[in-house]
Amino acid sequence: MTRFLIALAAAGALHANPARAADAPPPHTAPDTLAQRLQPCMACHGAQGKASREGYLPRIAGKPAGYLYQQLLHFRDGRRQNATMTRLLAQQTDAYLQEMAGYFAALDLPHAAVPAQPAPADLLARGQALATQGDAARKLPACSACHGTALTGVLPATPGLLGLPRDYLIAQLGAWQTQQRRALAPDCMAQIAQALPPADVGAVAAWLAAQPVPAQQHATISAPVAAPLPCGTAAGPGGAATR
Amino acid sequence: MSGITTRWRAALAVLLLLAVLLALVTWLNLRGEEPLQPDPPTAAAPDATLIARGAYLARAGNCAGCHTARGGAAYAGGRGIDTPFGTVYAGNLTPDASGLGGWTAAQFRRALWHGRSADGRLLAPAFPYTHFTRVTRADADALWAFLRSLSPVAQANRPHALRWPYDSQAALAVWRALYFRPGAGDDGLPANATDQLKRGAYLVNGLGHCSACHAPRSLLGGSGSLGDSAGSATLPGQRWQAPSLTDPAEIGIGRRPTADWVRLLKTGLADHAAVMGPMAEVVADSTQHLAEADLQAMVAYLQALAPASAPAPTRLPSRDAVVMDRGRQLYADHCASCHGPQGQGVRGAYPALAGNPTVTLPEPGNLLQAITGGGFAPATAGNPRPYGMPPFDLPHDDLAALATWLRASWGHDAAPVSPVQVVLTR
Repeated sequence: MTRFLIALAAAGALHANPARAADAPPPHTAPDTLAQRLQPCMACHGAQGKASREGYLPRIAGKPAGYLYQQLLHFRDGRRQNATMTRLLAQQTDAYLQEMAGYFAALDLPHAAVPAQPAPADLLARGQALATQGDAARKLPACSACHGTALTGVLPATPGLLGLPRDYLIAQLGAWQTQQRRALAPDCMAQIAQALPPADVGAVAAWLAAQPVPAQQHATISAPVAAPLPCGTAAGPGGAATR
Repeated sequence: MSGITTRWRAALAVLLLLAVLLALVTWLNLRGEEPLQPDPPTAAAPDATLIARGAYLARAGNCAGCHTARGGAAYAGGRGIDTPFGTVYAGNLTPDASGLGGWTAAQFRRALWHGRSADGRLLAPAFPYTHFTRVTRADADALWAFLRSLSPVAQANRPHALRWPYDSQAALAVWRALYFRPGAGDDGLPANATDQLKRGAYLVNGLGHCSACHAPRSLLGGSGSLGDSAGSATLPGQRWQAPSLTDPAEIGIGRRPTADWVRLLKTGLADHAAVMGPMAEVVADSTQHLAEADLQAMVAYLQALAPASAPAPTRLPSRDAVVMDRGRQLYADHCASCHGPQGQGVRGAYPALAGNPTVTLPEPGNLLQAITGGGFAPATAGNPRPYGMPPFDLPHDDLAALATWLRASWGHDAAPVSPVQVVLTR
């Protein structure tokens, strides 16, 4: 009881004490912009989200908003695995994730020139064949059938495949093979990746990573052909909206 | 002859002792429990007001926090809760046959108040019935009405992955005999305390189950109480620590006005602090949804529990001038642009570091987590687009220097952090 009364009295005294306010430092300010709010993204994905293709991390600037939004939901809700992404996004709302996606999608920034990436000619030839023609014998569609003739993506939610690091591309196909990466059902990319032997994963990643990004780098409005297999992602976000 | 008699006597004594112990444990487990009475069939369906009240109380208890798997259906269970004894999987609370579909209201109340499942089995105390035993009959009925109103989700409960002997009913019975007292319990308030303080105590010690994290547990997992505990509690399976809410050497809840803490719980961000780690989840899923009056009551109660003055400062080892210079430089390079040259922060964006309780906690673990992990404050109705902090993956020596400098600047006087501590807590 005594302790309780002392606590109440002291709390009152502290609230009345203006000493702290008198010697307060001048206020500091921060720009009221998304670029400022989203600084954690830039730390890994590069200034303005345009990571180069030399490291591992993907460029996010200019990717379709629907695609980016789906990936943010996947990381938050456990369909893609990356401890840093999960930790950053765990307590963010659908609305804010959509805003983040829209911000990076709207950035229209030039790509750097393709760095020299030594790869055997036969590997590159195999990769080009897979990317542009597919493999009919194994019922594998060409990348370009869904990701656009120029491989720069298709709106609203199919990402471009150019300008990405080779290691990142290999890791994504591998993650789909082991179901560490998942997309909305029907998960067409899981089907495709699981039909790719390891050598073909290496080939298609090597070729894609060696291609320059065309001046018209944006995702196209519609796919060049009818979708070769059903894809839950291509229709755009719907996603598991939980909040 | 007499040797045999002595042996028999000893055996009899041991048997008697065991029987008495068994009876004691049984009695300790069953005391205060009334026989299950089937509820009288109610004519009308529960009204919307009762369901809404139940939904609010479910927020106050953050039921969904444990009973929802990441990316899963709300209240359908499946999330694994790490404990020092293994992993406990939260159950499905939706009214499906795989959830609470077959339960009665009386069985639900018994689970809240006495920690027993519909079939009478003892529940693992990761389910904080140690706290929910304080929930009133009216609130229990509102919660039940709300849970019955959810859409049924068919999702079978996953069995716990507890190590022997913690997975046995006998172990749970002994645990309950040691640590569980059904009923209202002692809130540490005088009989003539205001209604506001009583309301705060009810929320903090009941549904809010704050001490489940914010009080150190005994070796066998017995929950401490908020008022008597000192020091931070390490959260099982995590690198975060839950600071004591009442120890003046920790967050110093009595040193700031009630409104500051209410704002922190309502929005996740106050001038002097941002919530991080597991508490960000608590704010996002629970406290931001509570009425200001309830948050004020909770903070006022915690402030009333906290001893008024800080303990006398301890004699700290002197700080190395080279380390301090390095820390100052690192702050200028990495931190000052957002947190301000004098640690003053930016209102509504970046918390001040001067006077920030996370900076000066006796254990520097949360400070190091904040620097190395960065992150966003939770997105809440009051702070829907939080500013984020990048992770700073600094070398051990630099991290120690920065933390040491932060803990000695702007009037702070917290112990230096050594590179060895950094290695151990990272």
